[in-house]
Amino acid sequence: MKYLCLIYDEEKKLGGMSKTESDAFMGEYFAFTEGIRKSGHYVAGEALQPVQTATSVRVRSGKVSTTDGPFAETKEQLGGFYMIEARDLNDAIQIASKIPSAKLGTVEVRPVVDFSTQPQA
Amino acid sequence: MEGDARDSIRERVDEVYRTESRRVLATLIRLLGDFDLAEEALHDAFMAAIEQWSAEGVPANPRAWLVSTGRFKSIDAMRRRARFDASLGELAARIEAAAADIPEPDLDAVDGVDDDRLRLIFTCCHPALPADAQVALTLREVCGLTTEEIAHAFLTGAPTVAQRIVRAKSKIRDARIPYQVPARTDLPDRLDTVLRVVYLVFNEGYSASSGTSLTRHDVSAEAIRLGRLLVELLPEPEAMGLLALMLLHESRRAARTTPDGELILMDEQDRSLWNRGQIDEGAELVGRALASRRIGPYTLQAAIAALHAEAPSASQTDWTQIVGLYDVLARADPSPVVDLNRAAAVAMRDGPQAGLALIDAILARGDLADYQLAHSARADLCRRLGKTDEARASYRRALELTRQQPQRRFLERRLRELKPGV
Repeated sequence: MKYLCLIYDEEKKLGGMSKTESDAFMGEYFAFTEGIRKSGHYVAGEALQPVQTATSVRVRSGKVSTTDGPFAETKEQLGGFYMIEARDLNDAIQIASKIPSAKLGTVEVRPVVDFSTQPQA
Repeated sequence: MEGDARDSIRERVDEVYRTESRRVLATLIRLLGDFDLAEEALHDAFMAAIEQWSAEGVPANPRAWLVSTGRFKSIDAMRRRARFDASLGELAARIEAAAADIPEPDLDAVDGVDDDRLRLIFTCCHPALPADAQVALTLREVCGLTTEEIAHAFLTGAPTVAQRIVRAKSKIRDARIPYQVPARTDLPDRLDTVLRVVYLVFNEGYSASSGTSLTRHDVSAEAIRLGRLLVELLPEPEAMGLLALMLLHESRRAARTTPDGELILMDEQDRSLWNRGQIDEGAELVGRALASRRIGPYTLQAAIAALHAEAPSASQTDWTQIVGLYDVLARADPSPVVDLNRAAAVAMRDGPQAGLALIDAILARGDLADYQLAHSARADLCRRLGKTDEARASYRRALELTRQQPQRRFLERRLRELKPGV
């Protein structure tokens, strides 16, 4: 079963890191990604540009409106994600707990809908 | 004659339902992989039992019969449902395949059944479920309480409880929370969650002492039953500690209130009303938990409760040892409430002045400014020291923070008993 791990970090906290600290942090990410590739859990994963680059798009009455920034202002911002293949939620939680940002921010684990096994109502 | 026979079969089925239905359900959830399917299967199996046992007699192993019948009925129902709806053809095929995958239950394996009950407990108390849903789901699935009974116990509406249970079950299914006992490395954390749920259920029944006390008592009894089940299935020291703590609290129930529902504090209780059987069982469990040398907060609290329970009076209580246990507890599981209880014990050991100094220090930190018991404990010590004005102010503050009727009446009585102020 696939789970999406959404990584929320405090950009301020990350921005405040020294060069050595942020290099070490990136190193942890490389090691983590390598680990889940080897174990077969890795499906995909990306890091995102900072939230100041975000644009929200809505279509209302056929009109496209674009606004600066994310949908909601929060203390922690979505900074990246991993899509993983896990046996069950416990397995997924195990993996999510090893994402380096789990120590600083929050990782939200969301099961992905598998339309091939959903009953067609 | 025939009617009599049917009545006696019904009685037998009722009895089997009481003793076995939760075990059967726990196994069916594992075999069918779904709470709702398993509940339906359980119901169908008991319906079939009433009919078939009347004709053929009660089987030698009713539990095995119920598991295997429930499983068969469920697969059968799935196939039938698929046949009546052509659009479900593909689904039917998958269900057939799934049915073939469902393992034959090992009907002799008693261990397997106990494992299933533990699986059920750990799944209902999975930390990915909201806390109120953990409680509702545990009472519903593990204890077999109805939604109405749970709603009554927690003073909420039945629809609210029903919705919590439905949401929890969908999360178990959709997020695929596994039906398993956690791995050894996760066990301490996961057991903590289970114990917290059990203690929450217990306190819900214990702290209530007003009009609804009768039914709420049942909630405490249910928590104790859960505690016993845990100790039986997973004899971890803290599970024993929690069961002991609940038994030792429960042992004082008859002495805690007057016949008309007024609160009586421990030092004024009639100790001959304390339940000796529960005290002995609790003390024995404390001994076993302490002997494990893996001592946690529940065991420490139970050890304190055991010292109270074994003392002939408040003044003849081993306050030195109680203060010592609170010191250990404050290190193992620090909290301002533990500090407050320790202060009350120090007041008994060294006199009210020493206790008052500690309580004032706790209040000065601001931790318990809105905690009723901190102010009533302070008031009590001031009263004993003859500081009537301070006592009055603290009783009034406590009264402002109290909603429970018996507590309010107790505080109002104490206020009236104070000598008129200057």
